[in-house]
Amino acid sequence: MFKYILKKLLIMLFTLWIIITLTFVLMVSVPGSPFNSESSSNEIVQQNLERHYNLDQPIPIQYVLYLKSIITLEFGPSIKQPNQTVNDLLGRGFPISAELGLVTIIVALISGIAIGILAALRHNRIIDYVVMGIAVLGISIPNFILATLLIQQLAVNWDIFPVATWQGPMYMILPVLALATGPMAIIARLTRSTMLEVLTQDYIKMATAKGLAPWKIIVKHALRNALMPVITIMGTLLVGIMTGSFVIEQIFAIPGMGKYFVESINHRDFPVIMGTTVFYSSFLIIMLFLVDIAYGILDPRIKVNKKEGE
Amino acid sequence: MHNQYPRDFTNDQVPDEWFTWRQKIIKEQEQLARPSLSYWKDAWRRLRKNYLAMSGMAFIIVLVSLAIFGPILSPYEANMGVLAEQYQPPSAKHWFGTDNAGRDIFTRTWQGARISLFVGFMAALIDVTIGIIWGGISGYKGGRTDNIMMRIIEILYGIPYLLVVILLLVVMGPSLTTIIIALTVTGWVGMARIVRGQVMQIKNYEYILASQSFGTKQSRIIRRGLLPNTMGPIIVQMTLTVPSAIFAEAFLSFIGLGISSPNASWGVMASDSLGAILSGNWWTLFFPAFFISLTMFAFNVLGDGLQDALDPKLRK
Repeated sequence: MFKYILKKLLIMLFTLWIIITLTFVLMVSVPGSPFNSESSSNEIVQQNLERHYNLDQPIPIQYVLYLKSIITLEFGPSIKQPNQTVNDLLGRGFPISAELGLVTIIVALISGIAIGILAALRHNRIIDYVVMGIAVLGISIPNFILATLLIQQLAVNWDIFPVATWQGPMYMILPVLALATGPMAIIARLTRSTMLEVLTQDYIKMATAKGLAPWKIIVKHALRNALMPVITIMGTLLVGIMTGSFVIEQIFAIPGMGKYFVESINHRDFPVIMGTTVFYSSFLIIMLFLVDIAYGILDPRIKVNKKEGE
Repeated sequence: MHNQYPRDFTNDQVPDEWFTWRQKIIKEQEQLARPSLSYWKDAWRRLRKNYLAMSGMAFIIVLVSLAIFGPILSPYEANMGVLAEQYQPPSAKHWFGTDNAGRDIFTRTWQGARISLFVGFMAALIDVTIGIIWGGISGYKGGRTDNIMMRIIEILYGIPYLLVVILLLVVMGPSLTTIIIALTVTGWVGMARIVRGQVMQIKNYEYILASQSFGTKQSRIIRRGLLPNTMGPIIVQMTLTVPSAIFAEAFLSFIGLGISSPNASWGVMASDSLGAILSGNWWTLFFPAFFISLTMFAFNVLGDGLQDALDPKLRK
C-alpha cells in the first residue's frame, strides 16, 4: 500500500512539473507582449514595465524566478490590474468555484446513484427505459446549451429563479442543474449496469435466502460493490465538472475562477494565466491522486497484487 | 483376409464409391444448426436488431449528406446576411429563420455540421492512429518498454485537456487545425490504453505463439495477428470519441476560443443567439442546440449499440 501511494505521488509531482514547465514554455513563445495594447506607453515606459515584471531577464532566469514563485505560492502581481496580486484573484474566485463544484458533485452523485439503483431494480420495465432514456439525453445535451435553455425557460419566461451573480442558494439552483445533469447521467448508467451484474451474484441470493430486508441487501451488500466503477470515474467526472464550470460561470455571470482565467487569456496577463493554470491543474491532479488512493484503499484486489505477506 | 476390404493397393485400384459414402457422412456432419457467420457479419446481425443504434446510424448518414450538400443547394451564403432581414422567424423563404445579422440559419446549420463532423472524425482518426501504434507496441513488447510508455501515458492523462487546448489556442491562434491538434495531444491516451489492454490479452493466445515459432516478423504479427482482433473495442472507442470532440469544438467556440463569428459553427451560433433568445427569437438557439444534441445522441447510441454488438460474450 505504501509503495502504491509513493508511486502515485511521484507520478503526480512529475505531472505537475510538466504542466508548470509546459505553461511557461507556451507563455514565453506567445507572440505579443502584454503591454502592446496600451496606447499611452512609449518605448521607455514599456521597458520599465518589462523590467518591473522581470520580462527583460533571459529566459532561464525567468524560469527560475517562475519556479520560485510557484514553490512559495506567491504568484505575483497581475499585469492588467496593478493593484491586485494573482493570489487576491484566486482567493476571491476559488471559493466560489469550489462551492459550485462541490454542490454539483454531491447532487450528481446522490441523484445519479439513486436513479441508477431504481433502474436496475426495475430492469426492463417502463421506469428502466424512461430513466435510461433521460440518462442518454443528459449525456447528449451539452451543458452550455442546457444552461441557456434553463435561463430562457425558468428564469426569463417563467421568472422562477434569479440568474446572474452569486448571492445565495436560489442563485445556485440553475447553474448546479446545468452542470450536474451530465455527470448524473453517466453515474446513473454506470450504477445501473454494475448493479445489474452484482444483483445476479450468489452472495446476493444468499442474503435474500437468509431473509434480510431488501433495502439492507441493496444498501449494504450490493451497492458497496456496485460503486467501485463510480469511484473509478470520479476523477474524470471531476475534471469534466471543473471544465464545465468555466462556461457555466460565464453564462451565469458567476465571479469564479473561470472568469479570471478566460479574461487573463484575452488580456495576455501572463502572471494570472500562469497562476490560474498552475493552481487549477494542481488542484485537479491532487484530486485525481486522492481518487486513486481512495480506490486503492477500497479495492482489496489492488493490495493482493502487491507483494505477498504485506 | 476376413476383412471385407482388399488390402492390396499396389495396382492403385481403389474403388471410387469408398470415398463417396465417406464424403457423404462428412457432409452430413458438417451441417450446422445455423449458417456460419464471420465475426463482422454476426456483429452486424446483432446491431441491426438494435433499433435505437440503427436510427442513430441513419441520422448520422442523413447529417453527413446534408453537411455535404446542404450549403451547396441553399441559395444563401452561410456567412453573408441581409441586415434588413434580421431575426426572421422560420418561413418558406428561410426554413430555419435568420439570425442577428440576417443570415440564413438553415445554411449556417449545415455549414456548422461540416465543421463539427470534420473535427469529430479527424480527432477520432488521429486518436486511433497514435493510439494503435502506441498501445500496440506497448502491449506487445511488455516489460520495460511497456513500463516507460505507460508512465508517459499516466502523466499525459493527468493533464487537464482544457488547459492544453486553451494554452495552445493562445499560442497558435484560434483555427480549426489548432482545435484538432489541441484535442488530440492528450486525446489519444484513452485509445492507447484500450489497445494495450487488448493486445496484452490476445498476445498470449496459441495462434500468436504458433506464428512466433514460424519466425514471423514482429511487425507482421502485430498487423495481421493482433490488430484485427482488437478492432471491436477500438471501433467502439472511436464512435464515442466523435461526440466528445464535437462537444469540445462547440464548447470552445461558445466561449470564444474556437471558430469565431461570422464563420458558422454550432458553438458560435449558440453563443451568438444568447442575447437573442431573451427577446423571444427562440429559433436562433433552437436549431444549433437541437442538432448538437441530436448528433451527440446519435453517436452515443450507435457507440453503445456497437459495444453490445461487437462483444462476443453477448452472442446468442
